[in-house]
Amino acid sequence: MVMSWIWTGLLALSLLFSLINHRGSALAASVFEGAQAGVALAISLAGSICLWSGAGKLMERLGITHGMSRLLRPILRRLFPDTNQDEALAGTLSANICANLLGLGNAATPMGIAAAKQLRRPDKPDLATDQLCRLIVLNTASIQLIPTNVAAVRLSLGCAAPFDILPAVWITSFSSAALGLTAAVLLGKVWKA
Amino acid sequence: MTDYMVPLILLSISLLALHRRENGYDILLQGAREGLSLVVSILPALILLLTAVHMLRASGAVDTLSRLAAPAFRLFGIPPETAMLVCIRPISGSAALAVGAELMAQCGVDSQIGRTVAVMLGSTETTFYTISVYFGAAGIKKTRYTVPAALFADFVGFFMASWTVRWLF
Repeated sequence: MVMSWIWTGLLALSLLFSLINHRGSALAASVFEGAQAGVALAISLAGSICLWSGAGKLMERLGITHGMSRLLRPILRRLFPDTNQDEALAGTLSANICANLLGLGNAATPMGIAAAKQLRRPDKPDLATDQLCRLIVLNTASIQLIPTNVAAVRLSLGCAAPFDILPAVWITSFSSAALGLTAAVLLGKVWKA
Repeated sequence: MTDYMVPLILLSISLLALHRRENGYDILLQGAREGLSLVVSILPALILLLTAVHMLRASGAVDTLSRLAAPAFRLFGIPPETAMLVCIRPISGSAALAVGAELMAQCGVDSQIGRTVAVMLGSTETTFYTISVYFGAAGIKKTRYTVPAALFADFVGFFMASWTVRWLF
Protein backbone atom coordinates (compact mmCIF):
# COMPACT_ATOMS: atom_id res chain seq x y z
CA MET A 1 0.00 0.00 0.00
CA VAL A 2 2.88 2.36 0.82
CA MET A 3 4.25 1.95 -2.68
CA SER A 4 0.87 2.89 -4.22
CA TRP A 5 1.05 6.21 -2.40
CA ILE A 6 4.67 6.79 -3.39
CA TRP A 7 4.04 5.86 -7.03
CA THR A 8 0.95 8.08 -7.33
CA GLY A 9 2.71 10.90 -5.51
CA LEU A 10 5.72 10.73 -7.85
CA LEU A 11 3.46 10.86 -10.91
CA ALA A 12 1.43 13.77 -9.52
CA LEU A 13 4.63 15.69 -8.69
CA SER A 14 6.02 15.08 -12.20
CA LEU A 15 2.85 16.36 -13.85
CA LEU A 16 2.65 19.39 -11.58
CA PHE A 17 6.28 20.40 -12.09
CA SER A 18 6.19 19.84 -15.86
CA LEU A 19 3.18 22.19 -16.05
CA ILE A 20 5.00 24.83 -13.99
CA ASN A 21 8.24 24.45 -15.97
CA HIS A 22 6.54 24.01 -19.38
CA ARG A 23 8.26 20.69 -19.98
CA GLY A 24 5.36 18.72 -21.41
CA SER A 25 7.24 17.21 -24.35
CA ALA A 26 10.19 16.17 -22.18
CA LEU A 27 7.77 14.54 -19.75
CA ALA A 28 6.04 12.60 -22.52
CA ALA A 29 9.36 11.31 -23.85
CA SER A 30 10.57 10.35 -20.38
CA VAL A 31 7.73 7.88 -19.74
CA PHE A 32 8.89 5.11 -22.05
CA GLU A 33 12.52 6.14 -21.75
CA GLY A 34 12.27 5.35 -18.05
CA ALA A 35 10.52 2.02 -18.65
CA GLN A 36 13.30 1.00 -21.04
CA ALA A 37 15.93 2.11 -18.56
CA GLY A 38 14.30 -0.19 -16.01
CA VAL A 39 14.82 -3.20 -18.27
CA ALA A 40 18.41 -2.12 -18.99
CA LEU A 41 19.13 -1.79 -15.26
CA ALA A 42 17.66 -5.23 -14.49
CA ILE A 43 19.74 -6.79 -17.27
CA SER A 44 22.91 -5.08 -16.11
CA LEU A 45 22.24 -6.46 -12.60
CA ALA A 46 21.24 -9.96 -13.69
CA GLY A 47 24.76 -11.31 -14.14
CA SER A 48 26.12 -10.19 -10.80
CA ILE A 49 23.00 -11.22 -8.87
CA CYS A 50 23.09 -14.72 -10.39
CA LEU A 51 26.83 -15.19 -9.93
CA TRP A 52 26.78 -13.93 -6.37
CA SER A 53 23.72 -16.01 -5.43
CA GLY A 54 25.64 -19.02 -6.73
CA ALA A 55 28.72 -18.09 -4.70
CA GLY A 56 26.53 -17.49 -1.65
CA LYS A 57 24.91 -20.89 -1.97
CA LEU A 58 28.31 -22.54 -2.20
CA MET A 59 29.63 -20.61 0.82
CA GLU A 60 26.59 -21.69 2.82
CA ARG A 61 27.03 -25.35 1.79
CA LEU A 62 30.72 -25.27 2.68
CA GLY A 63 29.97 -23.88 6.13
CA ILE A 64 31.91 -20.65 5.58
CA THR A 65 29.17 -18.56 7.18
CA HIS A 66 29.33 -20.92 10.15
CA GLY A 67 33.09 -20.49 10.50
CA MET A 68 32.82 -16.71 10.24
CA SER A 69 30.16 -16.61 12.91
CA ARG A 70 32.62 -18.04 15.45
CA LEU A 71 34.82 -14.97 14.98
CA LEU A 72 31.84 -12.78 15.82
CA ARG A 73 31.01 -14.43 19.13
CA PRO A 74 32.92 -12.00 21.41
CA ILE A 75 31.10 -8.99 19.91
CA LEU A 76 27.76 -10.77 19.99
CA ARG A 77 28.09 -11.52 23.69
CA ARG A 78 28.32 -7.86 24.55
CA LEU A 79 25.56 -6.62 22.24
CA PHE A 80 23.18 -9.50 22.91
CA PRO A 81 23.60 -10.79 26.48
CA ASP A 82 20.88 -13.42 25.88
CA THR A 83 23.30 -15.34 23.66
CA ASN A 84 25.29 -16.33 26.76
CA GLN A 85 22.53 -18.66 27.90
CA ASP A 86 21.12 -19.59 24.51
CA GLU A 87 23.41 -21.38 22.04
CA ALA A 88 20.70 -21.66 19.35
CA LEU A 89 20.07 -17.92 19.50
CA ALA A 90 23.80 -17.21 19.20
CA GLY A 91 23.86 -19.39 16.09
CA THR A 92 20.91 -17.72 14.31
CA LEU A 93 22.12 -14.24 15.23
CA SER A 94 25.64 -14.74 13.94
CA ALA A 95 24.35 -16.46 10.80
CA ASN A 96 22.16 -13.40 10.16
CA ILE A 97 25.12 -11.03 10.53
CA CYS A 98 27.41 -13.18 8.37
CA ALA A 99 24.84 -13.39 5.57
CA ASN A 100 24.62 -9.59 5.68
CA LEU A 101 28.42 -9.27 5.57
CA LEU A 102 28.54 -11.47 2.48
CA GLY A 103 25.75 -9.54 0.78
CA LEU A 104 23.26 -12.42 0.88
CA GLY A 105 20.17 -10.43 1.82
CA ASN A 106 17.80 -13.27 0.96
CA ALA A 107 19.53 -15.65 3.33
CA ALA A 108 19.84 -13.01 6.06
CA THR A 109 16.15 -12.17 6.43
CA PRO A 110 14.70 -15.53 7.62
CA MET A 111 17.50 -15.91 10.17
CA GLY A 112 17.03 -12.32 11.37
CA ILE A 113 13.31 -12.92 11.82
CA ALA A 114 13.98 -16.14 13.75
CA ALA A 115 16.42 -14.28 16.01
CA ALA A 116 13.90 -11.46 16.49
CA LYS A 117 11.27 -13.96 17.65
CA GLN A 118 13.70 -15.48 20.15
CA LEU A 119 14.66 -12.07 21.52
CA ARG A 120 11.09 -11.18 22.56
CA ARG A 121 10.17 -11.00 26.22
CA PRO A 122 7.74 -13.80 27.12
CA ASP A 123 5.66 -11.51 29.35
CA LYS A 124 5.52 -8.64 26.82
CA PRO A 125 5.70 -10.21 23.34
CA ASP A 126 4.81 -7.00 21.47
CA LEU A 127 7.58 -4.88 23.00
CA ALA A 128 10.85 -4.09 21.25
CA THR A 129 13.49 -4.94 23.85
CA ASP A 130 16.90 -3.28 23.83
CA GLN A 131 18.43 -6.32 22.16
CA LEU A 132 15.69 -6.35 19.51
CA CYS A 133 16.34 -2.69 18.70
CA ARG A 134 20.05 -3.46 18.35
CA LEU A 135 19.28 -6.34 16.00
CA ILE A 136 17.26 -3.99 13.78
CA VAL A 137 19.96 -1.30 13.79
CA LEU A 138 22.58 -3.90 12.84
CA ASN A 139 20.39 -5.06 9.96
CA THR A 140 19.46 -1.60 8.70
CA ALA A 141 23.02 -0.27 8.86
CA SER A 142 24.03 -2.73 6.12
CA ILE A 143 27.49 -3.91 7.04
CA GLN A 144 28.38 -5.37 3.66
CA LEU A 145 31.86 -6.45 2.58
CA ILE A 146 31.25 -6.58 -1.18
CA PRO A 147 28.36 -4.55 -2.60
CA THR A 148 28.10 -6.54 -5.85
CA ASN A 149 24.91 -4.91 -7.15
CA VAL A 150 26.33 -1.41 -6.97
CA ALA A 151 29.51 -2.63 -8.63
CA ALA A 152 27.43 -4.14 -11.45
CA VAL A 153 25.58 -0.87 -12.02
CA ARG A 154 28.88 1.02 -12.09
CA LEU A 155 30.36 -1.49 -14.54
CA SER A 156 27.35 -1.18 -16.86
CA LEU A 157 27.87 2.60 -16.91
CA GLY A 158 31.43 2.20 -18.19
CA CYS A 159 33.39 2.34 -14.95
CA ALA A 160 36.86 0.81 -15.36
CA ALA A 161 37.38 -0.09 -11.69
CA PRO A 162 33.92 -0.69 -10.18
CA PHE A 163 35.41 -1.98 -6.92
CA ASP A 164 37.55 1.09 -6.20
CA ILE A 165 34.80 2.29 -3.84
CA LEU A 166 35.27 -0.68 -1.48
CA PRO A 167 37.40 1.04 1.19
CA ALA A 168 34.94 3.96 1.25
CA VAL A 169 32.02 1.51 1.58
CA TRP A 170 33.75 -0.32 4.45
CA ILE A 171 34.54 2.83 6.41
CA THR A 172 31.04 4.19 5.82
CA SER A 173 29.07 1.09 6.74
CA PHE A 174 31.28 0.38 9.75
CA SER A 175 30.79 3.93 11.07
CA SER A 176 27.05 3.89 10.51
CA ALA A 177 26.71 0.53 12.28
CA ALA A 178 28.97 1.59 15.17
CA LEU A 179 27.34 5.00 15.67
CA GLY A 180 23.84 3.58 15.14
CA LEU A 181 24.49 0.98 17.85
CA THR A 182 25.93 3.63 20.16
CA ALA A 183 22.80 5.71 19.65
CA ALA A 184 20.66 2.63 20.36
CA VAL A 185 22.55 1.88 23.59
CA LEU A 186 22.26 5.50 24.76
CA LEU A 187 18.57 5.75 23.80
CA GLY A 188 17.90 2.47 25.61
CA LYS A 189 19.07 4.08 28.85
CA VAL A 190 16.61 6.98 28.66
CA TRP A 191 13.72 5.49 26.66
CA LYS A 192 12.40 2.95 29.13
CA ALA A 193 9.65 0.55 28.14
CA MET B 1 44.18 -5.24 -3.34
CA THR B 2 40.44 -4.79 -3.80
CA ASP B 3 40.83 -5.87 -7.45
CA TYR B 4 41.66 -9.42 -6.39
CA MET B 5 38.96 -9.87 -3.79
CA VAL B 6 36.09 -11.19 -5.89
CA PRO B 7 38.22 -13.47 -8.14
CA LEU B 8 40.02 -14.80 -5.05
CA ILE B 9 36.77 -15.52 -3.22
CA LEU B 10 35.42 -17.39 -6.26
CA LEU B 11 38.61 -19.42 -6.65
CA SER B 12 38.95 -20.29 -2.98
CA ILE B 13 35.36 -21.47 -2.53
CA SER B 14 35.65 -23.55 -5.72
CA LEU B 15 38.91 -25.11 -4.50
CA LEU B 16 37.43 -25.79 -1.08
CA ALA B 17 34.44 -27.48 -2.71
CA LEU B 18 36.77 -29.71 -4.75
CA HIS B 19 38.73 -30.55 -1.62
CA ARG B 20 35.52 -31.51 0.21
CA ARG B 21 34.41 -33.58 -2.80
CA GLU B 22 31.33 -31.37 -3.22
CA ASN B 23 29.97 -30.67 -6.70
CA GLY B 24 30.83 -26.97 -6.57
CA TYR B 25 29.81 -26.18 -10.11
CA ASP B 26 26.37 -27.71 -9.58
CA ILE B 27 25.80 -25.75 -6.38
CA LEU B 28 26.88 -22.53 -8.13
CA LEU B 29 24.40 -23.29 -10.92
CA GLN B 30 21.61 -23.88 -8.42
CA GLY B 31 22.32 -20.58 -6.70
CA ALA B 32 22.55 -18.75 -10.02
CA ARG B 33 19.14 -20.13 -10.97
CA GLU B 34 17.71 -18.78 -7.71
CA GLY B 35 19.38 -15.45 -8.51
CA LEU B 36 17.64 -15.40 -11.87
CA SER B 37 14.23 -15.74 -10.26
CA LEU B 38 15.18 -12.86 -7.97
CA VAL B 39 16.02 -10.71 -11.01
CA VAL B 40 12.71 -11.62 -12.64
CA SER B 41 10.87 -10.75 -9.43
CA ILE B 42 12.40 -7.25 -9.17
CA LEU B 43 12.19 -6.43 -12.91
CA PRO B 44 8.57 -5.11 -12.87
CA ALA B 45 9.32 -2.86 -9.90
CA LEU B 46 12.46 -1.50 -11.58
CA ILE B 47 10.49 -0.70 -14.77
CA LEU B 48 7.75 1.16 -12.87
CA LEU B 49 10.14 3.02 -10.60
CA LEU B 50 12.56 4.09 -13.32
CA THR B 51 9.57 5.40 -15.28
CA ALA B 52 8.63 7.52 -12.27
CA VAL B 53 12.22 8.66 -11.70
CA HIS B 54 12.72 9.67 -15.34
CA MET B 55 9.41 11.56 -15.35
CA LEU B 56 10.35 13.31 -12.15
CA ARG B 57 13.69 14.40 -13.61
CA ALA B 58 12.19 15.49 -16.95
CA SER B 59 9.60 17.62 -15.16
CA GLY B 60 12.28 19.54 -13.27
CA ALA B 61 10.98 18.39 -9.89
CA VAL B 62 14.33 16.81 -8.97
CA ASP B 63 16.19 20.08 -9.63
CA THR B 64 13.73 21.95 -7.41
CA LEU B 65 14.04 19.36 -4.64
CA SER B 66 17.85 19.54 -4.81
CA ARG B 67 17.72 23.34 -4.67
CA LEU B 68 15.41 23.27 -1.66
CA ALA B 69 17.53 20.68 0.14
CA ALA B 70 20.84 22.36 -0.76
CA PRO B 71 21.34 24.53 2.38
CA ALA B 72 20.77 21.63 4.79
CA PHE B 73 22.85 19.22 2.72
CA ARG B 74 25.77 21.68 2.33
CA LEU B 75 25.82 22.13 6.10
CA PHE B 76 26.83 18.48 6.46
CA GLY B 77 28.95 18.32 3.30
CA ILE B 78 26.52 16.00 1.49
CA PRO B 79 26.10 16.78 -2.25
CA PRO B 80 22.59 18.29 -2.74
CA GLU B 81 22.23 16.31 -5.98
CA THR B 82 21.75 13.20 -3.84
CA ALA B 83 18.64 14.66 -2.11
CA MET B 84 16.24 12.41 -3.99
CA LEU B 85 18.30 9.31 -3.18
CA VAL B 86 18.56 10.22 0.51
CA CYS B 87 14.77 10.65 0.69
CA ILE B 88 13.86 7.38 -1.01
CA ARG B 89 16.64 5.09 0.30
CA PRO B 90 15.05 4.17 3.66
CA ILE B 91 11.68 3.41 2.02
CA SER B 92 12.29 1.33 -1.11
CA GLY B 93 15.35 -0.58 -2.26
CA SER B 94 14.32 -0.83 -5.92
CA ALA B 95 13.45 2.87 -6.04
CA ALA B 96 16.82 3.76 -4.49
CA LEU B 97 18.60 1.61 -7.05
CA ALA B 98 16.59 3.32 -9.81
CA VAL B 99 17.38 6.82 -8.53
CA GLY B 100 21.02 5.92 -7.88
CA ALA B 101 21.62 4.39 -11.30
CA GLU B 102 20.05 7.43 -12.94
CA LEU B 103 22.22 9.80 -10.88
CA MET B 104 25.41 7.87 -11.70
CA ALA B 105 24.56 8.00 -15.41
CA GLN B 106 23.71 11.70 -15.21
CA CYS B 107 26.71 12.92 -13.20
CA GLY B 108 29.30 10.43 -14.46
CA VAL B 109 30.05 7.15 -12.75
CA ASP B 110 33.58 8.21 -11.76
CA SER B 111 32.64 11.75 -10.74
CA GLN B 112 32.59 12.68 -7.08
CA ILE B 113 28.79 12.61 -7.01
CA GLY B 114 28.70 9.31 -8.92
CA ARG B 115 31.03 7.70 -6.40
CA THR B 116 29.20 9.18 -3.41
CA VAL B 117 25.95 7.73 -4.77
CA ALA B 118 27.58 4.31 -5.17
CA VAL B 119 28.95 4.35 -1.61
CA MET B 120 25.57 5.49 -0.24
CA LEU B 121 23.82 2.63 -2.06
CA GLY B 122 26.43 0.12 -0.91
CA SER B 123 26.46 1.04 2.74
CA THR B 124 22.85 1.79 3.70
CA GLU B 125 19.74 -0.35 3.84
CA THR B 126 16.01 -0.04 3.21
CA THR B 127 15.40 0.89 6.85
CA PHE B 128 11.60 1.16 7.00
CA TYR B 129 11.16 -1.95 4.90
CA THR B 130 13.52 -3.96 7.14
CA ILE B 131 11.82 -2.74 10.31
CA SER B 132 8.36 -3.60 8.98
CA VAL B 133 9.45 -7.08 7.83
CA TYR B 134 11.25 -7.99 11.08
CA PHE B 135 8.79 -6.46 13.53
CA GLY B 136 5.81 -7.55 11.44
CA ALA B 137 6.95 -11.18 11.46
CA ALA B 138 7.80 -11.11 15.17
CA GLY B 139 4.59 -9.28 16.12
CA ILE B 140 6.31 -6.29 17.74
CA LYS B 141 4.05 -3.26 18.12
CA LYS B 142 5.84 -1.07 20.65
CA THR B 143 8.93 -0.17 18.65
CA ARG B 144 10.35 2.35 21.18
CA TYR B 145 13.52 3.99 19.82
CA THR B 146 14.14 1.61 16.89
CA VAL B 147 13.16 4.07 14.15
CA PRO B 148 15.20 7.06 15.40
CA ALA B 149 18.27 4.88 16.06
CA ALA B 150 18.05 3.22 12.62
CA LEU B 151 17.48 6.55 10.85
CA PHE B 152 20.44 8.02 12.70
CA ALA B 153 22.58 5.14 11.37
CA ASP B 154 21.31 5.99 7.87
CA PHE B 155 22.23 9.63 8.34
CA VAL B 156 25.74 8.64 9.46
CA GLY B 157 25.92 6.50 6.29
CA PHE B 158 24.97 9.38 3.98
CA PHE B 159 27.32 11.74 5.79
CA MET B 160 30.28 9.35 5.83
CA ALA B 161 29.72 8.36 2.18
CA SER B 162 30.16 11.99 1.17
CA TRP B 163 33.27 12.48 3.28
CA THR B 164 35.06 9.19 2.58
CA VAL B 165 34.72 9.81 -1.18
CA ARG B 166 36.14 13.30 -0.67
CA TRP B 167 39.07 11.90 1.33
CA LEU B 168 39.90 8.82 -0.70
CA PHE B 169 39.52 10.07 -4.29
